Amino acid sequence: MTRNDTASPLSTADPAGSAAIEVADLVKLYKATRAVDGVSFRVARGSITGLLGGNGAGKTTTIAMIMGLVLPTSGRIHVLGHSMPEQSADVLGRMNFESPYVDMPMRLTVRQNLTIFGHLYAVADLRDRIAQLAADLDLGDFLDRANGKLSAGQKTRVALAKALINRPELLLLDEPTASLDPDTADWIRQHLETYRKTHGATILLASHNMLEVERLCDRVIIMKRGRIEDDDSPDAIMARYNRTNLEEVFLDVARGRIRQSAP
Amino acid sequence: MNGNAASKAAVGRVVAHRRISPHRIGAMVQRYWYLLMSSWPRLLELIYWPALQIITWGFLQRFISENAGFFARAGGTLIGAVILWDILFRGQLGFSISFLEEMWARNLGNLMMSPLKPIEFLISLMIMSLVRLAIGVIPMTLLAFFFFGFNFYSIGLPLIVFFCNLIFTSWSIGIFVSGLVLRNGLGAESIVWTLMFGILPLACIYYPVTVLPHWLQYVAWSLPPTYVFEGMRALLSDHVFRADLMIEAFAINVALFVASFAVFLALLRSARRHGALLQGGE
Repeated sequence: MTRNDTASPLSTADPAGSAAIEVADLVKLYKATRAVDGVSFRVARGSITGLLGGNGAGKTTTIAMIMGLVLPTSGRIHVLGHSMPEQSADVLGRMNFESPYVDMPMRLTVRQNLTIFGHLYAVADLRDRIAQLAADLDLGDFLDRANGKLSAGQKTRVALAKALINRPELLLLDEPTASLDPDTADWIRQHLETYRKTHGATILLASHNMLEVERLCDRVIIMKRGRIEDDDSPDAIMARYNRTNLEEVFLDVARGRIRQSAP
Repeated sequence: MNGNAASKAAVGRVVAHRRISPHRIGAMVQRYWYLLMSSWPRLLELIYWPALQIITWGFLQRFISENAGFFARAGGTLIGAVILWDILFRGQLGFSISFLEEMWARNLGNLMMSPLKPIEFLISLMIMSLVRLAIGVIPMTLLAFFFFGFNFYSIGLPLIVFFCNLIFTSWSIGIFVSGLVLRNGLGAESIVWTLMFGILPLACIYYPVTVLPHWLQYVAWSLPPTYVFEGMRALLSDHVFRADLMIEAFAINVALFVASFAVFLALLRSARRHGALLQGGE
């Protein structure tokens, strides 16, 4: 996937062959504020794409619109070949998400929470699936403990287990490793990489963690003030800004420094 | 799994997600049941207030019936009214509190992003309102019987009609206020607790409609509970079942229910437009 893909028209035929996410001319206005301002991009199936940007850049709003939690003011969104939010019933069971803006019910145990969400997503082999996730994400020790009594790292693993309960084809993650210690964060990243490889899933993640994005993502979309500032592979972007890591690129973009070479 | 089988399975999954699913409704009921069973204060509260109500009003009824001819003839009218009012009030609270649990837990985003449909969500809240009502009101009726000799179930079949009309009204109000909280966040939570009291004087729970000023009677007759309480008084005082009142109440209830569902959907859409589902706070 390259910058050229951003201009591709939305495809409606052959949903199975289309991109996982196609967004065209997306705008979100909150009164006079343009939270998202004419954003277009496509995310190829099986890829991991990072949405980068400072606070208020429009990353969360963009992801929320893709999920159907927020309605766009204008523009079009296709997810797994279906128009959102009109055809959301066709895709919600095939995708899932994790976000710091939502929690799992605190009084329910981890097992109860996963059971409820497993039923909501019509997971057929639910007991086996929970056992498998417990093994994969190391939840065994606290599977029958109330969610509210877990540490931040444990809660994040549980939230990830919920996000994976239905073996989603598309996973939307909003700052999946925020407030985690480096070891747990690295562990989560490893699991996401494995999940992508074994299931051929598509992952779109918003993050402030540049190392995370460099390590996980095939492609990076940098947003600033609701617009796409840059869009390419991490290596290509770093080369364009003549930088050795994405953190420096991020600072260049945030502080309005000019690129070293034209895209 | 080959490609053909995989695509058939995918189509099957999509079809399953398009229909109203008893499975998903059951999952939500299970979620609230787990919550209720995990918290003894929640369970205790369900019984505590109705019990307090019936004991207070029961003693009042006993005092009045010993000192006034009318109430002596209309034995149980006051206690009956208290129990029916509690069905109306607790029915709405049972619905709305289950909804508020999602707001308090910041779980609404998870649900709205799942295949759960709004109608399935609302049906699960209705079922939970019945469960919570049963936990609170059945002990209340037993207290009325053992302490004050009032057998609520002696009302017989009309009780089912009274109950259905009242529970429909409580759900309509529950759906409406849940929509308001969905759109405006927990800042609108107080409406959940107070709106029903707004109709308390107009529904003529403890007195006949004729007590109201003539012009206010039109307002009272626009509320389904008014018909139920008038019907209850007719039954307990005059031993007459007013089917006409119940049919009129049912007709208004159907209109009210459809309107509240439409308003809920409009408020949900507005919440999505304003990004309220991600905020959920005040």
